Amino acid sequence: MSEPVLDARKVTMQFGGLKALVDFDLTLMSGELVGMIGPNGAGKTTAFNAITGVYPPTSGDVILLGERVNGRRPHQICMKGIARTFQNIRLFKQLTALDNVRVACHHGHRAGFTAAFLLTAAFLADEERITQRAEEFLAVMGLADKRHALARNLPYGEQRRLEIARALATGPRLLCLDEPAAGMNASEKVALMELIRRIRDQFGIAILVIEHDMRVVMGVSERLVVLDHGVTIARGSPQQVQKDPKVIEAYLGDSYLEEKHIHVPVEST
Amino acid sequence: MRALRLVSQSLLPFVAGLAVLSMISKGLSGSWAIVLMVAGINIILAVSLNVVNGFTGQFSIGHAGFMAVGAYTAAKITMALRFVQIAGISSDASDQLFFLLALVAGMVAAAVAGLLVGAPSLRLRGDYLAIVTLGFNEIIRVIIENTPFLGQATGISGLPRLTNFVWVGMGVVATVVMAKRLAESTHGRALLAIREDEIAAEAMGVDTTSYKVRAFVIASAFAGLAGGLLVHLIQLCTPRSFTFIKSFEVVVMVVLGGMGSVTGSILAALVLSLALEGLREVQEFRMVMYALLLIVLMLTRPTGIFGTREIWDILPKWGRHRAQGAAGGSP
Repeated sequence: MSEPVLDARKVTMQFGGLKALVDFDLTLMSGELVGMIGPNGAGKTTAFNAITGVYPPTSGDVILLGERVNGRRPHQICMKGIARTFQNIRLFKQLTALDNVRVACHHGHRAGFTAAFLLTAAFLADEERITQRAEEFLAVMGLADKRHALARNLPYGEQRRLEIARALATGPRLLCLDEPAAGMNASEKVALMELIRRIRDQFGIAILVIEHDMRVVMGVSERLVVLDHGVTIARGSPQQVQKDPKVIEAYLGDSYLEEKHIHVPVEST
Repeated sequence: MRALRLVSQSLLPFVAGLAVLSMISKGLSGSWAIVLMVAGINIILAVSLNVVNGFTGQFSIGHAGFMAVGAYTAAKITMALRFVQIAGISSDASDQLFFLLALVAGMVAAAVAGLLVGAPSLRLRGDYLAIVTLGFNEIIRVIIENTPFLGQATGISGLPRLTNFVWVGMGVVATVVMAKRLAESTHGRALLAIREDEIAAEAMGVDTTSYKVRAFVIASAFAGLAGGLLVHLIQLCTPRSFTFIKSFEVVVMVVLGGMGSVTGSILAALVLSLALEGLREVQEFRMVMYALLLIVLMLTRPTGIFGTREIWDILPKWGRHRAQGAAGGSP
């Protein structure tokens, strides 16, 4: 099991003249919990999109479980083992919580359209299995009693958790969370950090988190990657990154330093 | 237990439907019978279009084009086999068997047309499908009007009257059962997911292009069935029956009933078909009435009569537990 789940090598994304991501390298092993930080427009979501196939990278390789997946469509990459959530929640709003998760379970379904019309035994067995599986994931996320609620009627925090449940239901080896704490209050954030760790322990999968909230990302990640203007400016443990002058200059800013009472001589460049 | 319940549920509509149909066909005759059968054909059209426009959230406005493909295929087959009789069975039974063959062939031809139109245009996201289907509808009409084999503008006349209540009824039941079963299956949920958020559906492993094309092909096949039934009812197959106005009529039915609501489509198709019959005198104003109806609808109830819900979700007595969950929880 020494093979990395994800191995991104020199991934570059270029939109016209804009280099949104330059030579991005990232290797993730099973069970690792890695955070990706950087100021707005640093290329974090672009990196996510390149990995999950939303855009094929301009150059470089994305290797997933030993297989090169550049240029594959997002649904193929999802089937291969990367699931994601979205920065601005993208649930199937008019569907129930259960149906949201059941959509993500559909890959285990072998019965075709005809079987669905004829209600064959194989089809019914598949449906039963999918429903059970979906309910398990809802229960893991503490949403078991909300299974018949429409996604759009759930409170914000629960929508976030439902999105994670849906991503987990695709059976990923790598879970990518795009700003999971956005819009949450302090106590919800603490619960979320707990939850992210629990998911990693329970499912043994690699997790990559983009996060704006420093407390969340510092508290939850074992390793950090810092992006600025598409370039990886630092990587290492949260403690190392926190002390890195380049990071402080690019991202953390003065207010964070004052809050933490850290004094770092910032070179004027 | 669940399997048993589902099987009984699935057989019930067929058995009940056939019993009712044979009673109706004995008791009814004349123009009302035709009006009811046309209404049934419209139900097939509206419910099948709902699979594309309502479930999958795409926008097809060329349903009559696929109807035409099915209608001409079926008409050509019955005309070719008109004087042929299968040995050993009565001429009536033989005609019915050939009619079944013609209808199935019409469905297949329409499905192939659906694949040819859908496969390239459904790869794209957004409104391309509307433009392509509109164009397809016109192309089909122009081709027919310029092909001597298809009777050009005069069409094919002298078709035997093979459509009856049982055929229309079976078509309606098959279409409705197809739509409901699809909606409640994994495949249907994938379609609904595409309607709700195509990018998220794709990210959750749904092969969106493939699903959209499959939904479109199924809907086209049933449009072909409706076309075959219609021309063997009015005994005439002309391009005038399959113009853009017909396509628009079906879109109005789907929008009126509610995008994604099967019972809504059925009700809207019934109401509109009967209303049109009542307003036969002022038929030239049909397009004006549709436009007015749509404007009023968009102003007062943009989701259609039922929205995405079914009639039993609204009537409180039959309501399932959905409403209770939909109230939401504490933050």
